[in-house]
This record gives sequence, C-alpha cells and structure tokens, in this order.
Amino acid sequence: MGEKILMKGNEAIAEAAIKAGCRYFFGYPITPQNALPEYMSRRLPEVGGVFLQAESEVAASNMVYGAAGAGARVLTSSSSPGISLKMEGISYIAGAELPAVIVNMMRGGPGLGGIQPSQSDYFQATKGGGHGDYRLVVLAPSSVQEAVDLTMEAFEIADRYRNPVMIVGDGIIGQMMEPVEFKKEIDPADLPKKDWATDGAKGREKNVINSLFLDPRELEKHNLKLKAKYDKMKEKEVRYETYKMDDAELVIVAYGTTARIALSAIELAREKGIKVGLIRPISLFPFPEKIIAEAAGKVNSFLVVEMSAGQMVEDVRLAVNGKKEVYFYGRTGGMVPSPEEIVEEIVKIGGAIK
Amino acid sequence: MKLVAGYPDSLTEKPFHYCPGCTHGIIHRLVAEVIDELGIREETIGVAPVGCSVLAYEYFDVDMFEASHGRAPAVATGVKRVHPDKIVFTYQGDGDLASIGTAEIIHAANRGEKITTIFVNNAIYGMTGGQMAPTTLVGQKTTTSPFGRDTNTAGHPIKISEMLSVLDGSAYIARVSVHDPKHIRQAKKAIKKAFQVQIEGKGFALVEVLSACPTNWGMAPVEAVKWLADNMVPTYPLGEFKEVE
Amino acid sequence: MEQVKRVVFDEERCKGCELCTTVCPKNIVKMADRINSHGYHPAEVAAQEECISCGLCAMICPDVVIRVYRPE
Repeated sequence: MGEKILMKGNEAIAEAAIKAGCRYFFGYPITPQNALPEYMSRRLPEVGGVFLQAESEVAASNMVYGAAGAGARVLTSSSSPGISLKMEGISYIAGAELPAVIVNMMRGGPGLGGIQPSQSDYFQATKGGGHGDYRLVVLAPSSVQEAVDLTMEAFEIADRYRNPVMIVGDGIIGQMMEPVEFKKEIDPADLPKKDWATDGAKGREKNVINSLFLDPRELEKHNLKLKAKYDKMKEKEVRYETYKMDDAELVIVAYGTTARIALSAIELAREKGIKVGLIRPISLFPFPEKIIAEAAGKVNSFLVVEMSAGQMVEDVRLAVNGKKEVYFYGRTGGMVPSPEEIVEEIVKIGGAIK
Repeated sequence: MKLVAGYPDSLTEKPFHYCPGCTHGIIHRLVAEVIDELGIREETIGVAPVGCSVLAYEYFDVDMFEASHGRAPAVATGVKRVHPDKIVFTYQGDGDLASIGTAEIIHAANRGEKITTIFVNNAIYGMTGGQMAPTTLVGQKTTTSPFGRDTNTAGHPIKISEMLSVLDGSAYIARVSVHDPKHIRQAKKAIKKAFQVQIEGKGFALVEVLSACPTNWGMAPVEAVKWLADNMVPTYPLGEFKEVE
Repeated sequence: MEQVKRVVFDEERCKGCELCTTVCPKNIVKMADRINSHGYHPAEVAAQEECISCGLCAMICPDVVIRVYRPE
C-alpha cells in the first residue's frame, strides 16, 4: 500500500469496495458503469467473494437486501434508469435499516435518456427516490482518488448507521484514469459481528429483517427513529470542500465533475479580476447548508452549476434563505459545461451586481 | 402417553391470522415439522412474501426476512450466497411467485440456486380481497374476473411446476395438495425432500402446494377442500415433476 | 384406569373451521356448543375413550389446535 497506480474510476471504486471488506456484488449491466461489475466478476472470486449478474436491477437490489440482512458488506452499481429499478430494494433496505453501498454513474434522462454524463438524479438520490420517508447518505466524488476514499468510507458509514449509502458519479468520473492509492485494506473477518443479522438462530432469539409495521403507531415510531438517525447524519456526516473563499465575492456551488470544471472557470474569472470562490458539497445528503449559510453573510451572490436543469440549486436557495441572489447555470442531457461558459455566466452576474 | 401429533418447535406460539379453514396453516405446520425433523432450526433462514402469508416471519421460529412482493427468491439468493452452509427457504403465494415474481423464481431456479421454495397455489389473491391470480382456473369467478376467467382476455392458469422442471438448474420440483390427510402426508414428504435436496447441495427445489381459500372462494372450509380436489387437482396434476439423483 | 385424554384441543386457537370433524374415522370430533373468546365454536372430543390416536384431526387442522397422544 501507499503505492500509486493508474486506474479507471469504475474499476477503482470496485477495488476500493474489496479493500473495504466487501465480498458480494449483485448487479445488472448498463452503460456507463459496466467496467465496475466486469472488474468485480474477475476480482471477487480471487478473494473468495461472490459476483452475481442478476436477472434485473430489481432482483439485484433485492439480492443486496438479502446479503446485507445476512450480515455482509455488499455493493451494487448501476446508472440512472437502472437505479430507478433498484429503488424498490433501496426503500426496503432503508426501511429495514440495512447497510449497503450503491453506486450511481448518472446518465442523462428522463426515460432511457442517453449515456453521457449527467447530474440529473440529484433529487432521486437525496430526496428519497423510492417510496417512504427515508434518506440515503449521498457522496459525490470529483476525482478517482476521492471515489476510492469515499467508497471505503461509505461502507463504514453504512455500518455505523445501518443505512444505505449512495456514491454518485457520472461517465466522466467512471471512465477517466487517474493515479490512485488505497490507504488501507480490511479483512472481512476482522469486521465486528452484526448481532442483528440473519445467520441462523443458534442459541439466541430469532432475528427478523423487516420493514412492515401494520400498526400506524409502530410505523410512526419507526419513522421517528429513522428521522433521528438522519438528524444525526446531518450533525456528523457533512462533507464539503472550499476553494478561494477568503476574498470571494461570488461563490460557485458545484459537485462532482462540475466542480472540477468550476475550478478552471474560477482561474479564468480571477484573471479577469472577478473574485470567485467555490463550495463543493461532497456529501449531497447531508447537505452542507451551514457553510453555504455562512457564506451568504459574506459574498455578494451564488452561482450553482449543475449538469441538470436545476436540482441542487433548490437546496442552495434553502441554505441561503433569501439573503443573497442565487443564480443557476446548467447543461443537461449529457452536455458538459465548459469553463468558458461558466465564466460567461459569472461576467453576466458580475454586471448584475454593479 | 406418547405424543403422536404436537406443536412443532419451529413455530412460535403466535396464533395464525389466517381465515378459518385457510390451509396456509397446515402448510406452515408441515414446513415447521420438517425443519424440526431435519434438526436444522438453528441453521435455517426463511423469507416471507407479500400476500396472505406476509406475516410468516412471525410464525416460523427461525431467522426470517420479509421480502418485497415477488422478490423472495432474490432475497434468498443474497442470503444463501453469504451463508452457503445455511438452509434458506422462501414461502410464497401465487400472486407473489407466479405473477409479479416470475422473473425472480425462474432465474433462481435456472441458476440452480440452492434454496427451497414453498409455493402456495390457491388460485386467487387472498390478502387484497379475492382478485384473479395467474393461477385462477378457467371460468373461475373472482372480484376482477366477475364473469369467470376468460382465456381470450385473461389467458390460462399458469403451470409453474411444469415450467420450472424443464430448467437445468432445478433439482426437485413437485406439486402436492393439502385437501385431505392422505395428501397432507404426501405434501410433507415432498417438502422434506425439497429441504434435503438443499442440504445435499443438489440445486433448486420447489414444492407447489395446492391450497384452499374458503373466504375468497366464497365457501365453507369443508366445501372448499372438496372444491380444491374436484377442480384444482384436474387443472394442476399432482406429482413429482423432477428429481435429480 | 386413570382418565388421560388422548386428544387435547387448545380451544382458544380454534377457528371452528370443522375440517377435523370430517376426517375422524370414529366420527367423535364434534363442534362444541360453547364459544371461545374469539366467538368461534371450538372442536372437541367428548368420547375420549373411543379415540384411536390416529392423529388425522391434528393433521388437517390449519391452526395447530390439536395434540394427540397414544398410550405407551
């Protein structure tokens, strides 16, 4: 370890899962994330794990439910239309409080959409997606190294809260190659035993993995228990990065691939004398609302840049709470914004400030 | 005095919520007796479906899952792959297994997933109030086939045991009934075999159990088991469809 | 001979479906006139001395109401 190797995002995430002690993968092919299951199909048998190509995403997510309930660290990956199908299982996993990690390499939608990079599943990932009052922890890496680190962390968070965690990327994060380092390796045998898991009721009361509560009082109690968990996540699991915020007059809020592009736009804007900074949410849920609210007291305006028609911008507006103007620039359908386009927007807003 | 018929250890004390005369209770007891007799109670993990037997996880005194509608074989697959040394079974009705869950059961069988499925076929949706099932008989009246099932518009009774027995991954497939003691005895034998097949690692095993739904058939229980014998058995022939040595 | 019952009904579990009454070779399983706390007439065997401990009533009972014993 400590050695840097050049890896594709999709494969790096797969290897990171293995290094995190994950030995089970259930999935279904869909572009642009196929390199991930393909890697797992080669690697998992080498480490005594199981790769299973399911008959559908619906089945795959329910296999994840089974494996997670049986006590294992388990991964599934897909892209937007496939994630929609997995929502059945994800809602049950959240309802039954099981830990699992789901990767969504987002592509353009709605419907079959396209296969190019997109961030149009923000609502689906952060606001539920499936039915019922639940949340996923949603992590959005903007580099392959960060994808590795967050994947490993995702398994810890999932176990800590007994809650599914979603990693969201796109075809760019999934397919680009960058040098990565795996900082640790966990042997699944060393992981703490899950006393709630189903592995045969030997010398103990039986365990039940369930999300059914027919008595509304019981279901409300369950929902409040889940909410307390989500509140704790909001307290403890917020992750973000800031860049050149000290003197910023305008702040870009962007995540994942778009945040990388924003960095170039910030340099170009600063060359023109416009002081621009960046807040990059790394956890999309819990959303880094405090840092944004704080920034609202200092900067003149916000520009939210997304590869969507405007989804995260709603959370930014809630955090800013009317204190400053929040502008939006988005490209959709698989179109990727260029730094120059973003600078153009910045210049327009700069005009509006004066 | 020696106990001839008692209460299986693998059932909890909780009384079943099933309607009077519903033969789910018989099938639950048979499964529990088989688990007891094979001495696998502490090794067994069950998966309950959505439908009348949704609460099966409260009745079997083994580790249990409650699955989403039709996905029990996928859930069982996840469990079995993590614990290949444990015994995993699903308990599913006809709406669950033969309608919404057809993809999951066919592929679990085709993969030769080493699980046991108890498939309860009562030719109707019970929990939701008596709608037509894929297994509803031709001409049978239900709340969504009020003039009787018409094959022109609603197709034919689906024959799951026949379908699954042609797949190379299935190791044991049988159809049994619980309408009288003789058939109950045969049903238990088949259920036991279906668990033994799993213990021996031979592949996928399924027992389709023809079952009565007095409430939604609109019959007294005694009349319902007779109707089952007279009408369901001719449509769904009993027997072992597949047994891999 | 001491009076020991061969067939015992957990009456509170009984839902009065009557399936047990149809399979008894001795025709001694009857529905009681009384009702249990759920409002069902439970099945019973008054003529215990006629019971042959065949277990068929227990076998067809959908609610695991019946325990059957045989003298050793």
